[in-house]
Amino acid sequence: MRQSVRAKRSKGKNGFSPAVLPLILWTAVFVAIPLIYILGLSFLKRASTWGVELSFTLESYQQILDPQYLKVYGESLKMAFLTTLGTLALGYPFAYFTAKLKPKNRSVVLLMVMVPFWTNSLVRIYGWMILLRTQGVVNGLLIALGIIDTPLKLLYNFGAVLVGMIYALLPFMILAVYNSVEKLDWSLVEASRDLGASRWKAFWTVTVPMTLPGIMAGCVLVFVPSIGLFFISDLLGGGKTILLGNLIRNELLTARNWPMGAALSMVMMVMSLLILWLYRRVTGAKDMEGLV
Amino acid sequence: MRKNRTILPEMYLVLLLILLYLPIIVVVVYSFNDSKLFQWSGFTLDWYRELLDNKNIQQAFWNSIELAVISSVMAATLGTVGAVAMAGRHFKAKGLIENVATIPIMIPEIILGMAYLAFFTLLKIPFGMITLVLAHTTFCVPYIYINVKARLAGLDPSIGEAALDLGASRRRMFFDITLPMIAPAIASGTMLAFAMSMDDVVISFFATGAETNTLPLQIYSMLKMGVTPEINAICTLMLGAVFLIVALSRLVRLRRRTG
Repeated sequence: MRQSVRAKRSKGKNGFSPAVLPLILWTAVFVAIPLIYILGLSFLKRASTWGVELSFTLESYQQILDPQYLKVYGESLKMAFLTTLGTLALGYPFAYFTAKLKPKNRSVVLLMVMVPFWTNSLVRIYGWMILLRTQGVVNGLLIALGIIDTPLKLLYNFGAVLVGMIYALLPFMILAVYNSVEKLDWSLVEASRDLGASRWKAFWTVTVPMTLPGIMAGCVLVFVPSIGLFFISDLLGGGKTILLGNLIRNELLTARNWPMGAALSMVMMVMSLLILWLYRRVTGAKDMEGLV
Repeated sequence: MRKNRTILPEMYLVLLLILLYLPIIVVVVYSFNDSKLFQWSGFTLDWYRELLDNKNIQQAFWNSIELAVISSVMAATLGTVGAVAMAGRHFKAKGLIENVATIPIMIPEIILGMAYLAFFTLLKIPFGMITLVLAHTTFCVPYIYINVKARLAGLDPSIGEAALDLGASRRRMFFDITLPMIAPAIASGTMLAFAMSMDDVVISFFATGAETNTLPLQIYSMLKMGVTPEINAICTLMLGAVFLIVALSRLVRLRRRTG
């Protein structure tokens, strides 16, 4: 009897279980193979009319170094960097103050951050279009207040796309930072204050380093998607702000150059994996803990 | 004491929340605007009436619901079974499997979108609901897997072992002990997956065919064409639904806590 229980238990700890197979199979077929397939595609030659020829070439990878494309990468990185900075600057104080509220109010504030997040993201971008239009709400308000005479061109530029990106990704930053501020041991901050540190110094030397994992997680969660969101730059940038995401979309659907689209996807993939790798190196997180 | 409390933090919270809700409020207000332009010219319900006649939007809405329900349920099954089967076990490929399974939410969506466009073309699977379900299920799995995994890690394994000691089979232990304990994690993961599927633009954009539209894709193409206040109307209705669900779940939770 005891023997069989031990056998049952040790069988459980043993290692591979066939119940893992459905997940493995699904992951292999719908994640690994498609990604490997586009890696392969990126080395193929573009057919003269449609599709690809089955011959190896590095043509696409030579093309991605074209100055015109390099400019787009620069623009994308700039956008992603500024978006991350913007969400951090707005989100950190928000998360910090929220964590200092009474527990009851805390959950209300967090819920209020989450609710817009559950509504359609296009709708929220559309809201910004209404706000920023030449005859929109913001211009109307500024004119009514007598601050400006003629409406400003607020929509269809880099700034508008940046506003949309920050807006769309802010909840990720807030929730990530909140998770680590909430776990913070406030007695350490108290101790540094007791030892004579000013509020400001205590914040920078104790609070910030101790909430760094949350900051890092938030930065990854904001930076990575911001390279690929093509619809925000489409709608708020009016097609003038071309980011890497737009470029891939255009190569696939307009130019129908699949190898090129695949090569650009690989560039983007390398960028995001590099950031994830950096995140793990810096925080020492084993898997994606803290990220989701 | 040092606690010289100011009202500044609360003011900041309120201000940012207002900014967060501003675009949403604007969409709602303009759904009742009697003009296609951006000036306010009186209250109307015309856009809601037009919505009732717009078969395209309605079809897209039901497509999205169907897609989100099927994908989140399939993902819940795959993710839960996978997480339970992996918990507490050690084998060589475990880390690799976990990493690959969660890739869909770790890389920009457009990469997976492009991969599906190419892959499904290669396999000659006709683009439409089937390809959408395959794509959405894949990016929904991580939300459930990660939620359930975290919950399993926080469980006391001795409870399950006690059941085994008392003679329960592993199957019985799973259904009577493990499943009830991880149910909240499955539920919250599935809800998140459902919301992500309902909202997805990028992957759907590549994984759908000319015949099948989802609501986000329909809204996207309408937005690109120009001003159509029907969008405001449907968005307002969806917002109402979200707020209703949130309010109801809060109410149920409060009831349970007090009652």
